[in-house]
Amino acid sequence: MRIVVDFDLCESNAVCMQIAPDIFEVRDDDFLYILNETPGEADRARVQECVQRCPKQAISIAED
Amino acid sequence: MTSAPGSVTIVGASLAGLNAAEALRREGFDGPVTLIGAESHPPYDRPPLSKQVLAGDWDPDRAALTDSEELASDGIEARLGVRAAGLDVATRELTLDTGETVAFDGLVIATGARCRTLGGTEGLDGVHVLRSLDDCLALRADFDATPQRVVVVGAGFIGAEVAATARGRGLEVTLVEALPTPLGRVLGDEMGQVCADVHRDHGVDLRTGVGVDGISGDGRVQQVRLSDGSVVDADVVVVGIGVIPNTEWLEGSGLEIDNGVVCDPTCLAAAGVVAAGDVARWPNELFGETMRVEHWDNAAQQGSHAARRLLDESVGPFTPVPWFWSDQYDRKIQLAGRVRPDDEVRVVNGSVDERRFAAIYGRAGRITGVLGFNRPRHVMRYRALIEQRATYEEALSANF
Repeated sequence: MRIVVDFDLCESNAVCMQIAPDIFEVRDDDFLYILNETPGEADRARVQECVQRCPKQAISIAED
Repeated sequence: MTSAPGSVTIVGASLAGLNAAEALRREGFDGPVTLIGAESHPPYDRPPLSKQVLAGDWDPDRAALTDSEELASDGIEARLGVRAAGLDVATRELTLDTGETVAFDGLVIATGARCRTLGGTEGLDGVHVLRSLDDCLALRADFDATPQRVVVVGAGFIGAEVAATARGRGLEVTLVEALPTPLGRVLGDEMGQVCADVHRDHGVDLRTGVGVDGISGDGRVQQVRLSDGSVVDADVVVVGIGVIPNTEWLEGSGLEIDNGVVCDPTCLAAAGVVAAGDVARWPNELFGETMRVEHWDNAAQQGSHAARRLLDESVGPFTPVPWFWSDQYDRKIQLAGRVRPDDEVRVVNGSVDERRFAAIYGRAGRITGVLGFNRPRHVMRYRALIEQRATYEEALSANF
């Protein structure tokens, strides 16, 4: 599982950061940083919640 | 009804309704799902309508949330351009504006809300509200014609975003607010003043503490008369003075209606009937308060929750910390929680002068909310404290 963020869509609302702060972080420069692009299967449910709850639908999961 | 429904009908094809449909499938529900929507467009996202689409930066298509192909592949039957006209919970029948009667098993009510309007402006060209895609395109067409001045009535979040977008297009804007400060009734006057300053910094002619006495013109709007006796010339007027939940069609349905569809803490309005989004009113046990929330995030989460509740009666109460964002000029304003204008408020990070800060609200010893100007990280962290029912002292001493 690899996390893909469309940074053209991302508006740094930080919803993902609230759900998974160990994976996503919005810093004081207002940009989103992915702290762990390839989390393990144990994190799948949380990442899926991030995908679903992102207000801009900017997050997706690539299987490769 | 104690068991899961065999089929689900969803009335309202915007964010809450669509999220309900998607949640049903995600939960493995394989019965028929019908999505009924009054607008002819497939479900679309509203936040870009006051920003990117209105600015002319996005084609309207980019606001689409899904399309008929995707709905079909999820086995969701979309009936668009059809309005629900009546409901009978006892006979489990829905009446449509086509005259049809439709039997339902499980029902999701997600008919949203509509804009309040100013009386006496019917038939006057150039007077707009902004809620739907069609509203947006009509307003955008008027902006494209380069009006001399746009008057925005109401400096709430929609009015503020329209004013910001109009300024971004180089238009002259007068923003009229009846309260002493914009959003003063939500954020309190201290933070409302910050919003006022942001508008003025961007060249908006902001008039606070004045109402609108009348809007006049010959076929097309020409003048707005304010309660202080002044008159503002205008080619375009945008009215953003709040919304009314769409519940008229539920009169006589057997459901309790009181400023929305009254639900229990789990979003259940009657056996096998749930409600979600702007139209739903439910007791949020996290705050011990009955609320109806008009935010994007609430529509999405409540749509999912209500759908799950319909399938499984063991699904518990819906207890979110309400949250929304508003992008105005180059600022991202976010508010989480349930604040009152007389709550204590303190800036905990950043600088109000630089318009980059987080402020937290407290009442009765508990943190009630967080407001951020370009501080999404802090908003989310304090939002988590609100969720944990942290005390105001704990929140003030947190170091994010």
